[in-house]
Amino acid sequence: MPDRPAPRPVRRAAIVGGNRTPFVRAGRAYARASAQDLMTAALDGLVARYGLAGERLGEVVGGAVLRHSRDLNITREALLSTALDPATPAHDVSQACATSLQAAVTVANKIALGQVEAGIAAGADSASDAPIAVDEGLRRVLLELSRARTPAAKLKALAGLRPGQLRPAPPRNAEPRTGLSMGEHAARTALEHRVGREEQDALALASHRHLAAAYERGFFDDLLTPYLGVRRDDVLRPDTTAEKLAQLRPVFGRRLEEAGEGAATMTAGNSTPLSDGAAAVLLASDEWAAERRLDVLAHLVDAETAAVDHARGGEGLLTAPVHAVPRLLRRNGLRLEDFDVVEVHEAFASTVLATLAAWEDAEFCRDRLGLDGPLGTVDRARLNVTGSSLATGHPFAATGARILATTAKLLAERGGGLALISVCAAGGQGVAAVVER
Amino acid sequence: MDASVLLQNPIAARAGVPQPPALRRWEPGQELLTGPALLLGTGAAPLLPAVRGWLRAAGAAVLEELPGEGERLGTVVVDASAARTVDDLAALRAPLAPAFRRLARGGRVLLLGTPPAQAPGVEAAAVQQGLEGFSRSLGKETRGGATVNLLRVAEGTGDALRAPLLFLASARAAYVSGQVLDVAPAPGPVADRPVRTAVVTGAAQGIGAATAEVLARGGAHVVCADLAASGEALAAVANRVGGSTLHLDVTADDAPRVLAEHLARRFGGADVVVHNAGVTRDRSFVNLDDRAWRQVLDVNLRAPLRLTDGLLAADGALAPGARFVCLSSVNGLAGARGQTNYAASKAGLVGFVRAQAGPLAARGFAVNAVAPGFVETAMTAAMPFVAREVARRASSLQQGGLPVDVAEAVAFLAQPDAGGVNGQVLRVCGQNLVGA
Repeated sequence: MPDRPAPRPVRRAAIVGGNRTPFVRAGRAYARASAQDLMTAALDGLVARYGLAGERLGEVVGGAVLRHSRDLNITREALLSTALDPATPAHDVSQACATSLQAAVTVANKIALGQVEAGIAAGADSASDAPIAVDEGLRRVLLELSRARTPAAKLKALAGLRPGQLRPAPPRNAEPRTGLSMGEHAARTALEHRVGREEQDALALASHRHLAAAYERGFFDDLLTPYLGVRRDDVLRPDTTAEKLAQLRPVFGRRLEEAGEGAATMTAGNSTPLSDGAAAVLLASDEWAAERRLDVLAHLVDAETAAVDHARGGEGLLTAPVHAVPRLLRRNGLRLEDFDVVEVHEAFASTVLATLAAWEDAEFCRDRLGLDGPLGTVDRARLNVTGSSLATGHPFAATGARILATTAKLLAERGGGLALISVCAAGGQGVAAVVER
Repeated sequence: MDASVLLQNPIAARAGVPQPPALRRWEPGQELLTGPALLLGTGAAPLLPAVRGWLRAAGAAVLEELPGEGERLGTVVVDASAARTVDDLAALRAPLAPAFRRLARGGRVLLLGTPPAQAPGVEAAAVQQGLEGFSRSLGKETRGGATVNLLRVAEGTGDALRAPLLFLASARAAYVSGQVLDVAPAPGPVADRPVRTAVVTGAAQGIGAATAEVLARGGAHVVCADLAASGEALAAVANRVGGSTLHLDVTADDAPRVLAEHLARRFGGADVVVHNAGVTRDRSFVNLDDRAWRQVLDVNLRAPLRLTDGLLAADGALAPGARFVCLSSVNGLAGARGQTNYAASKAGLVGFVRAQAGPLAARGFAVNAVAPGFVETAMTAAMPFVAREVARRASSLQQGGLPVDVAEAVAFLAQPDAGGVNGQVLRVCGQNLVGA
């Protein structure tokens, strides 16, 4: 047997860069684009930026949250439409709003172990092109019909039809285990942490201001490629004000208000709208990047995924990152105060504020997180400094890749530092990551 | 954009609308010439031995006298570089006239002369200048898409003549006719390697996209630069040609620094820089507002000047022997109603190229301009029908050019072995009837 190489040492995966489409409210400019079209566009823009046409990468990992049954392998199908070498393998992951961050962790781990040299993590979602299913009763009748061999059996199957079954069953914006919408869940968490309306509106306002300023200074010139004539996120309202936000009527938490548990505070202004878009991020080994003379923006240091029992355990649906972050910090010997850049996904303004409040709450940290005292305070001047999902929009699976690329570029701009990413997801899950340059 | 409304249209042809010749353009695996080359000379004809060698090496059959009836000539090369007297000029007709009649479709007449300023004596200078009028007139008498061009070869040019000669003889120069190009000794040894890295501004569409394609065809990695707003089309171009994108507003304050850093860090310096980004804001001079006036000057003229200065000053942004190519315009040379701003900017580039040529040659670089005539692009497709039809036919080749015709000329000037051409303006206009 010839000499076998020694086991490869573990290495940190480099974040080389990212690309995304502008994000657009559902039903607008991307209404006729599928999630696969969007992912193809995000990948092709990334391929073009880094001159990867015809290259075989180690792997592309991605996903979409709102999936048609035809999207069995959406990442691979999208890849086949791009300029990448079709010999590049791909697989799908799915973890709701954390999908593409989880995808990035997968790619980064393969790079860290030396299994691949370079890969792309991607995510795309189209709330416009959402799948519509047939009624469950109709579906059973149709399946029975397809199995029927004789005319009599076919007739018998059809006899099971009822007029009410002809209504299509649209996708539900509700948690399967609780039947509550994500907004209602978030409203409960907001009440628990006494998050008020004003501070939610202030966070939303900051998100719009920061994003508008980032566009103005060209921050997104190498993070974004226009798609279907759209050049900027259409959720962004550069001219919105505290007064305008204050005038909006609450849309979530109304049932709680009616039950006398507390005022409803969550409006369309401080919640993310349904949106369409895609994002991708290029990860590689340092050697691969150096061979192509590509600058490394930052490295993905570590990541932690957490889950909570929102169904029976009384935990907030979107509070898993509250648990993921302290574990991640402990493992890496870091404190909240050590981070120069903090990116907390703005599913709702209240989610961000409840997360920060939980980490400052000594009792919560002791009883629920098992810490000796408060985890710490996030310096607001370091939080979501180029805006986040409230102003950008939130095509579910695209958000993680968007945040990771933005974070890496922010660190590259600073010339160095540490960044913390926290992304909550439906199903009571969440992913946190440490990025360093 | 439909060039075939009246041109190359069987119905229009039957209705008596004159039909322009189909031009022979570059195709993979194509022969250099469509038939044998005939070499003629008047006076000492000192360049013919080298020309013979280059044509043969390029796979062409070379004849010294007119072939038998029925055989058409791919090219006729006339070495008049040593023509000194009116008698020498007069001696041109007898051998050339029958050869010209036997020129194949898409054939090439290449006249070789001497720059009049270098001609020994008054009569020689007059005769050399006479060649210019002769070649331009002959260009107007060609048929079947044939072209006539004059190369003025400076003392000691040597091997630097090879690249321009072969370019003008080839199908790549399909839309170049009636032109005069000066060739001088190359500033350094003639490099024999392909272009590695080229940057093209305004690469998202039209001539820029075609230029990226032709440069990539020659093996270059093309950095396709354009406004972030054009990013979607730009990515498609870059991916098609195996290049990469750079979102760059050429008028931005930091554009020279951004481009220089990108070229230095990602590619270790560019071999070729094509200043192609340009805009039009057409209006009569008195109706032009200050914004439309300045915008055109800023994008078309100031930006190439600033970017060039920035790249020259930066460490490692340019590879040894780098070439700059500017996109000027026949309208810039001839003037065009409603284009005072545009023509000022495009003529300004000619001045830039001429003034910068000397300093650049001292560093082993070169800078040239290509001036397109009427080219079928989105810009000209927006012209009124009659004006467009007239503009198309106002050339010896009786048709508009394609973006690829301009791109071929840019790619030629970008060739490492084209260093003998510096400070020149090459018109790609089918010998347009207007302009200098």
